[in-house]
Amino acid sequence: MIEFRNVTKLFPDGTIAVDDFSLVAPSRKITVLVGSSGSGKTTLLRMVNRMVEPTSGGVQIDGEDIVNERPVLLRRRIGYVMQNAGLLPHLTVADNIAAVPKLCGSSHRAARTRALELMETVGLDSHMADRYPSQLSGGQQQRVGVARGLAADPNILLMDEPFGAVDPIVRAELQQELIQLQRELDKTVIFVTHDIDEAFLLGDQVVILATGAKKLQVGSPSEIIENPADDFVAAFIGVDRGRRALRIKHTPNGPVLVDTEGRTQGTLVEDER
Amino acid sequence: MGWALDNLGLVGELTVDHLRQSAIAIMAGFVLSLPLGWIAWRYRFLRSAMLATTGLLYTVPSLALLLILPIIIGFPATSEANLIIALTLYALAIMVRAVADGLDSVDSSVRQAATAIGYGGGRRFWAVDLPLAGPAILAGLRVTAVSTISLATVGILVGVTNLGYLFTNGLQRRIVAEVLVGVVVVTLLALLIDRLIVLAGRVFMPWTRRPRGRGRNTRTAAVSAAT
Amino acid sequence: MNLLADAIDWIMAPAQWQGPDALHLLVFQHLYFTGLAVLIASVIAVPAGWAIGHTGRGREAAVGISGAARAIPSFGLLILLVLLLGVIHKPEAAMITFVILAIPSLLAGAYTGFEAIDRSVIDAARAMGMSEWQILFKVEIPLGLPLLLGGLRSAALQVVATVTIAAYVNLGGLGLPIITGLALRRYDMVLGGAILVAVLALAVDGLFSLVQRLVTPHGVRTSQGIARSSRGPKNPTAVPVRPLVKQEGRK
Repeated sequence: MIEFRNVTKLFPDGTIAVDDFSLVAPSRKITVLVGSSGSGKTTLLRMVNRMVEPTSGGVQIDGEDIVNERPVLLRRRIGYVMQNAGLLPHLTVADNIAAVPKLCGSSHRAARTRALELMETVGLDSHMADRYPSQLSGGQQQRVGVARGLAADPNILLMDEPFGAVDPIVRAELQQELIQLQRELDKTVIFVTHDIDEAFLLGDQVVILATGAKKLQVGSPSEIIENPADDFVAAFIGVDRGRRALRIKHTPNGPVLVDTEGRTQGTLVEDER
Repeated sequence: MGWALDNLGLVGELTVDHLRQSAIAIMAGFVLSLPLGWIAWRYRFLRSAMLATTGLLYTVPSLALLLILPIIIGFPATSEANLIIALTLYALAIMVRAVADGLDSVDSSVRQAATAIGYGGGRRFWAVDLPLAGPAILAGLRVTAVSTISLATVGILVGVTNLGYLFTNGLQRRIVAEVLVGVVVVTLLALLIDRLIVLAGRVFMPWTRRPRGRGRNTRTAAVSAAT
Repeated sequence: MNLLADAIDWIMAPAQWQGPDALHLLVFQHLYFTGLAVLIASVIAVPAGWAIGHTGRGREAAVGISGAARAIPSFGLLILLVLLLGVIHKPEAAMITFVILAIPSLLAGAYTGFEAIDRSVIDAARAMGMSEWQILFKVEIPLGLPLLLGGLRSAALQVVATVTIAAYVNLGGLGLPIITGLALRRYDMVLGGAILVAVLALAVDGLFSLVQRLVTPHGVRTSQGIARSSRGPKNPTAVPVRPLVKQEGRK
């Protein structure tokens, strides 16, 4: 469990990135922070591994204040996946993944074995182990980034718009794989994105943020769609348009669902239970 | 200090000579480097040959060049023209590469966009390629200016009078102040010309002013965010 | 062009390779001055440049000092130091001059090498749990090495060319035949000396380009432009080490 307790972040240039923010991210669930740029979502994420220190307030992991732990050790037990993968260009794929276990004191051989294992987990062929990041596609780099995030078998995974820079087809693929992966691994994940569809797809808990990390609404995707807190949230998630504003149309073959553009999106089926 | 005040006239005269010799060489190097740099950039096969030649030229010790050049071109070694030509050659060695690299640095999508909106080859060079290569060319010009002004002092060894006179004369007569004044005046002159080039760059390339400051801000923000 | 032939004859003459001023001794002196000066300058400038590159602090000061140091005429500085330190300390005077000459390039090579590294790479290293020292030694120094060597290369070349003037204060080196030839109006000597300095400079340059290729980290090599990026010191953000995907997109 990760708990933000009244955290505030004031940057030296005077901007208030985060203003008195509190939240509990439950264990073994994916919490998605979603908001447009400037909403302070990345700042919040980076407070968890002390890449950013809050000006006031604090973050607790399983009830322990993280300020009591050395940042370097804290970061080694928290996985971090970032937008452009952030791979070290002078290390091979396997060495990139093995870097964290090695920092934690694993032997070279054990770290390499672990790296090869993880490459399989994230769907990378083992013959890529000795390639350099510059020889991979964007999607492959991102897989290496995820594998590296998982390398030290952390309980917590922080993901900062990890799929933001890949094309939509690869992004959809990676999103599905993350869902699969989470079913097996059960990590506590905090995921940052500006894409509301991604947030609803991946999040167990979705937090909609406005400037200064102001919480507009917190809840499961269903709760938010069914009962948006205000007009702004309704507009932000688009309940009044596209695929989220469906109405029933009766056809000779039974009822179907139609979006605001008049395009049929699916059929209405009876609940089995 | 006393020596400088007593010899203000001499120092002034030598400074004017020095400035004239260096300025002509810097300007000649700059003007000639534009077409040469463009050729080196445009024709790949000439590029390595041209850059190797200018690079080789740069390895020739200045004193030797000053002595050998007159034999090749027929000027007397002691003439100002000899020094100016030698300095121009050194300037070219730096500038041709700077111009070629500058043209390289122009984003090809910008170049394509310019072609797409209807710029012809020649107009595109003057209106798009050259201004965008400007910052890199300016950086080269600054290096050229500073090194030319410093290098010119060697001219005194073949008998071309300029601020270098204060060095050799000071050594012969063992007047530390004279040599010191020479070093200080040459250094200040180089820094002054460098400053003027930077200012000229700001005037002629106003779009380069902002991003540099902004880059620094984001960088310090990143650093402070990280600590 | 029989001056060139004369110069080569002069170099080839057995007399040049004997006695206290034998050419191989002058070459050795020249290399000794160059090597020692670059070494001393490296010990001073490289840690300083790395500190600036790592912390991002002191850059303005470094640029200012480098600019001023570049503007000082080496010829005048050498004479000034000889007069100030006295005739007995001529070698020290020469060494100080060459060290000052070498520092700006080395300093710039060290910190631009760090600045050219994509910020996200450093960020990722920190997020992985590397300590500041680990970031320095495992990420910044290896990735900054190609640009540092570029700085080392240009420092060495500048010093090789400038050591020639050491002969003006009787310190030997390959400037000796040039200075003597000047006094005697013996242009074969002048050109012969010049040829040897140029050959030496080209050899040093070739050696460095080889070393530069060897130390460029694997994986970075595929993204070209390492050697070229050592120019354009004003725009360090333009030379990031980026994944190939982006470059492909741009072409």
